[in-house]
Parts: sequence; structure tokens; C-alpha cells
Amino acid sequence: MRSPTAIDKPTGGAAIAVRDLSHWYGRGDARRQVLQDVELSIDPGEVVLLTGPSGCGKTTLLTLVGALRQVQAGSVQLFGSELLGAGRRERQQLRRRIGMIFQGHNLLRCLTAEQNVQMGADLLADLGYRARRDQAREWLRAVGLGDHLGKLPHDLSGGQKQRVAIARALAARPELLLADEPTAALDSRSGREVVDLLRRLAREQGCAVLMVTHDPRILDVADRLLRMEDGRLFDQDPEAR
Amino acid sequence: MVSRGLQTIAGIWRSRRIPLAWLLLTRQPMRLAVALAGIAFAGILMFMQLGFRDGLFEASVTVHKLFDADVVLLSPRTTSSIGMASFPRRRLVQTLADPDVIGISPVNWNLLLWRNPEARTTRSILTLGFEPDDPIFLDPSISSQARLLQNRGWVLFDERSRPEFGPVAAWLKQGRTVETEVSGERIRVAGLVSLGPSFGADGNMITSRETYQRLMPSSPPGSIELGLIRLRPGADPDAAVARLKRLLPGDVRVVTKAGFEELEKTYWRTSTAIGFIFTLGAGMGFVVGCVIVYQILYSDVSDHLPEYATLMAMGYRLPSLLGVVAREGLLLAVLGYLPAYVAGQGLYALVRSGTRLPVVMDPQRALLVFTMILVMCLGSAGLAMRRLGDADPAEIF
Repeated sequence: MRSPTAIDKPTGGAAIAVRDLSHWYGRGDARRQVLQDVELSIDPGEVVLLTGPSGCGKTTLLTLVGALRQVQAGSVQLFGSELLGAGRRERQQLRRRIGMIFQGHNLLRCLTAEQNVQMGADLLADLGYRARRDQAREWLRAVGLGDHLGKLPHDLSGGQKQRVAIARALAARPELLLADEPTAALDSRSGREVVDLLRRLAREQGCAVLMVTHDPRILDVADRLLRMEDGRLFDQDPEAR
Repeated sequence: MVSRGLQTIAGIWRSRRIPLAWLLLTRQPMRLAVALAGIAFAGILMFMQLGFRDGLFEASVTVHKLFDADVVLLSPRTTSSIGMASFPRRRLVQTLADPDVIGISPVNWNLLLWRNPEARTTRSILTLGFEPDDPIFLDPSISSQARLLQNRGWVLFDERSRPEFGPVAAWLKQGRTVETEVSGERIRVAGLVSLGPSFGADGNMITSRETYQRLMPSSPPGSIELGLIRLRPGADPDAAVARLKRLLPGDVRVVTKAGFEELEKTYWRTSTAIGFIFTLGAGMGFVVGCVIVYQILYSDVSDHLPEYATLMAMGYRLPSLLGVVAREGLLLAVLGYLPAYVAGQGLYALVRSGTRLPVVMDPQRALLVFTMILVMCLGSAGLAMRRLGDADPAEIF
């Protein structure tokens, strides 16, 4: 199903390798640089947190790494495939290997929790319907929602919805997980639970995690902490915070 | 081969996904109800308009179909059943020279004024005059009553005539003697036949040529409006028509029975606005349906744009999402057609009892309306799909 160009997996390489990445918005006089010479590398199983003031380019970096936006300059390698100059179809194929968790949960309103998770599992073309459904149920149990399989997002609390979103992202067996402020809409306790869960499950899967957050309460889950300011990326010593 | 087919089906079943289109529709019951009401309304409108149109054309030949004839003689000046011109009867006799002709029957045909025996009002009635001994009708129930017409002034009345002609059938069934006036002459209703009203005539009656002469004294005895010709079994009517055309002078027209019916239908189709009006009405239904379905699908896609963008971010391909919208259109078409079909059947029954027009659900029209609803829904889905192009997965973070 996957195109051969997209699947070349480097042996033991980084999940993400970003070099000299720059990005601009707008054209002509209105052209504005949002990313400057960003360098970044994340290994499988590593959890990296990215902080910084709003408007500094974090989300842009996330969309570029997530193959949602065309790379303009520099190099972004996802699982060994170069994104610079990659076509629409190639990027879409790569996105199947990336799990995404959004600030809003972005669940499908008309689907139950189980069906939402299965929308993730349905991307696994080699599995039968039943196997995918069972996986969806398993993931919901793993995030502690085994009793809420048939509920619509409407009937779930914010924390529960975010946990469904995590289950959906993980059900597609991603090799990379991108999360944009997953705790922003949650109270401190459920926020804590969600990131702990995310970290544990990602570890078990050997899945790299890049998480943008403003939430100082969850910084300790990171293996590595990065800070972004005015489009530049800095390493931040986790002990110094 | 069979097992391979089953394997393919099993494979498709195994690889099925969440029925997103179905869930999108059914989890918004209000929107679905509005959409289905709109589609069903459009479908009913199309069914009614096309049904009326075909029913009216079909009704115009109810009487024509009754005749036991292979070839028909008409006056060249005859335009339709309400404009029958006469021609000399001897032209019909001349056709006996053809070896294939085994029987001929002269028929008089005109619209006369019937007086309602109860309300005393008058109304035009289609009157057929024939020789009571001639077997001119296919329907044996008419032929069996024909001998009654040998009595002068007796007629057979069409019980399916519109009620404005009076409660003739009811009175007769009660055993009453029904007498009234036609063109100022006294007549007696001897029996009932079942023909049905047509376009040009709200009611029909059958009588002998002798009685007809009394009712229409101005019509010369040697002139008729219709000549029925029966051919030897197995003879080719078209070949006979060609031969008779050569045989007869230009003051008569020779057509097959099918040609006679077609002449009548063509008259109503081309000389009146009926076909245009009803086809236009059906077209209006189609357009209204398109607008409704497009509105529904467009707002549905718009409302779910962030969700579609999320699916694209997850790695779903644009064509597979376009497929969701297309399936929504397909489901709407099927779900909307069913009530339209059922309501169409009901309304047809209502029209039949109310107007006595032969409006029936024929499979061809059922298929035509379904095709139009399908085109309507899939076309609207196609237009609504353009909105999906606005779903940008990069915007959802």
C-alpha cells in the first residue's frame, strides 16, 4: 500500500532529522520569516518538549515536521525520507506513520469513542475489520476508557476526549507522535494523567514524541527540553528550569 | 470461480471501514429529515408531473385500444378524436378487394350533447355508432350487449364516465329505467360498458348506426368517420396499408391500429402545450431537489471541515474523503427515493379514483425518476466536494 519511496526506513536512524530549516509566510513586502536555521533530531522512543512564547514558530515547526506543509528551505527527514520537494501524495503517505494530538481534541462528533479510535486503526490496511475494532477497544482500555466505548464525544469530559484522541493517534501505530498543547484545555490533574499516559504508551511503542506545551506542570516528562524564540531553537537544560 | 467470488466478497467485507457517510447522516437526524423531505418532495413532483403527462397521453387512446381491427381508414381531415371528419363509406367497401382483408366495419364517431337525467344539464359525450352485428370490440362484455342496440333509441353508457353525466350506472343497477336526451332526441340506456374517459371526452356512449343517424340527422347516411379493417390471421398490417394506399384514392387515409393510436397521441403531444407543461413541471422538481440537496451537503461539509482536515492530517487521502461525500449523496438518493416512490403510488391511486385517468406506476418512469434523483444527489455532492478543497490540515494545529 505504501509507496516504496516513502518506506525506506533507515537502520537505527533518527525519527526526525531537521537541518537548516527556514520558513517564511506571505509574499513580497509582507514576507516574514518564522523559522531560522532550525536544527533538530529526535530518536525513536525519545520524548521532546518544545516551549516558547506564542507566535515564535512552534506550531509552524510542528506542521512542517508533520508533513502538513511544504518545506521551503533546509532539510526535514522523516524516517529517512526527505520532505523538501516531496509531493502531496508522498506527504500524505508519510502522515500515516505520524500520530497527531491537537489542542482541541478534534474528534469526529458523529462517531462514538470506539469509532473515533477505529478511524485511526482503519489506516492499517493489512488488518481485518474485527482486528481493527478489537485494537480500537484495546487502546481505549489502555487509556482507561474501557467503560465509555459507545459514548459520543459530546457525552465525554475534556480529559476523556483528549484521552480518546491519544488512543486514536496511537491506534494507527505511529512511529512519531506530534502533540500541540494537549493539556491546554484540561485541569491540572487530568492534564498530568494525560501526559503520563502519553509518555508511557509512547515508550512502550518505541515512538518518538514531539510535544509543544506552555504548561509548566508537565515539563518533567521530557527526556529533552527545547525552547524556541523568534524562530530559533535552543536546547534548554531540564535541570535549569 | 464461485469460491473466488466469495473470497473477494469476504475480502471486501474484511477490509471495510467505519461507515462514515452513513454515520454523518444518521447522527444528525434533523438535517437528514430535511434532506429526505426535500428529495422526496422533488421525487413526488417528478412522479406526479410525468405521471399526469403519460396518463393523459395514454388516456387519449382508451377508446382506440378497444377496437378489434388491424388497419383503420380515416378522413385526411381528421386531426384527433375530437376532430373526426367523415369520408364516404364506399371507400371501406373497396378495401374488400384486397385478398388479406377478411372483415370491415363502418363506425360513426362524434361528440354529442348528453342531458344529465338528474340535473338536466348538458355535456359533450363521445358517441360511437356501429352495426350491432359487427364484432368491432375486443372486449366480449361489449359485444354481448350489442344485440340490445338493435332496438331503436337504445344506447350503452360508459360507467366510467365522469359523474357530471348523472347517476346513470347507479340507477341502472337499482333496476330503474334510465331515459334521457341526446341532441334533443329521446334515448334509453340499455346497459353499461367500461371504457374510461379520455382527453377529449369526459364520457362515452355506444349505439347503433341507425340510432346515430337519428341523433345526427345532418350526417349523410353514406358517410362514416372511422373504417375498421380486419386482416387474415398472420397478414402483415404494414404491407396491407401500403397496398390499400395504392388501391384507394387520396380522399381517405390508411393507417395501422398502432398508427391510429400514435396519431391521437401525437396530436395531444404536439398540438397542445400539455407535454411541455408537465415536462417543465418535472424539470422544476428536479431543480428544486438539486438546490435542497446541494444546500444540505454543502453545509454538512462546511460544518465538518475541521474534522475532514483532521482526517487528512491523520493520513486519509483526499479522494477517500471525497468518496465520503459521494456516498452521502448516494445514500440520500436511495433513502429519499423510497418515500417518493411510496407516496407516488398513493397519489397515483388518488388520481385514478379522482380523475379516472389511467395513471399507473410503470417501471420505466420509476427508473427515470430514480435516475434523476441519483443525478440530482450525486451532482450536488460533486459540487459540495469543492468545499472539501478548503480543508487545510496545516490550519488545524
